Amino acid sequence: MCTMITHQAKIYGRGKSGQEWIDLKEANVSYDHPYGMPLEHALNIDFVDESKGPGARVAVELSVEAARQLVQTILAVLAEADHQGVLEDKHQAAAR
Amino acid sequence: MYQTNQYEGMIAETVSMKGHKGDAINAYVARPLGAGPFPGMVVIHHAPGWDEWYRECTRRFAHHGYVAISPNLYFRDGHGTAEDVGAKVRAGGGVPDDQVLGDLDGANKLLRSLPYVSGKVGVFGTCSGGRHGFLAACKNKNYDALVECWGGGVVMKPEELTPKRPVAAIDYTKDLPCPMIGLFGNDDKSPSPEQVNLHEAELKKQGKNYEFHRYDGAGHGFFYYDRPAYRQEQAVDGWKKVLAFCEKNLK
Repeated sequence: MCTMITHQAKIYGRGKSGQEWIDLKEANVSYDHPYGMPLEHALNIDFVDESKGPGARVAVELSVEAARQLVQTILAVLAEADHQGVLEDKHQAAAR
Repeated sequence: MYQTNQYEGMIAETVSMKGHKGDAINAYVARPLGAGPFPGMVVIHHAPGWDEWYRECTRRFAHHGYVAISPNLYFRDGHGTAEDVGAKVRAGGGVPDDQVLGDLDGANKLLRSLPYVSGKVGVFGTCSGGRHGFLAACKNKNYDALVECWGGGVVMKPEELTPKRPVAAIDYTKDLPCPMIGLFGNDDKSPSPEQVNLHEAELKKQGKNYEFHRYDGAGHGFFYYDRPAYRQEQAVDGWKKVLAFCEKNLK
């Protein structure tokens, strides 16, 4: 089944692709056939830099349960950092 | 059926061809050695990409006496590994139907222009390629046989249509000009057994020449030996039925 369920988020980040760190400007999130996971469908996140072609990609494929846990974990970490007053936005980070 | 004292050889290579609107795209072609004439087969890759399985499938048809061509439907989306390009296309919601049908038409015309191809050309597709194959057979009207393997999205609700997939393929059933074989797993979610029932009912209603084979214990993509969906017994039987159907209708 090719669900074609896909969303994109513009992001600011870097990721390791092979031995190199690359800029990541988009996150393509889909629920569809994975390439590496032994599942028929998975929550796939392709962190990419579209301007650099198809190979500029850091791929993650997660089970549904793992994806839900990851979302909750990310939000929990950000909430804790916010509570401690240490969150910084990308402009502050980029200025360093 | 191959006999052990028989000469056998094939050539397989990447070629350039004219696709939709005359665009140059690449394709993988495999053919038996010899003057022919051999029937042709257009092999349509699935949504995850133009990967190794389709090269092997293309060579498999050549081994069985067909000049087979598998066009790279993602050529316009850049180059890299099949996975990377497939992921890029996935992010964009697939490729437009019109473009795919144009590329398949180009592949068909290339086959028909070759001096060693007989006057008959079939089309084979799996997954999204099964839907594309059904659409191509109905709309391009230049195929002599259709092999649809678990075509996802042949039956679609109006709210599922998108600018890239603007039509429900089942609505074109009346235009199907050639015999077809359909293979489906009863554990598949798309097409579900209920959708396969609708697909078959429409073929029956329109008086089409078809045969459907439905397999228990199999889901989506049960031919893919590199995926957990692979089902050996069902895949072996399915291939036998596909090749017998092609032998009957294309040779």
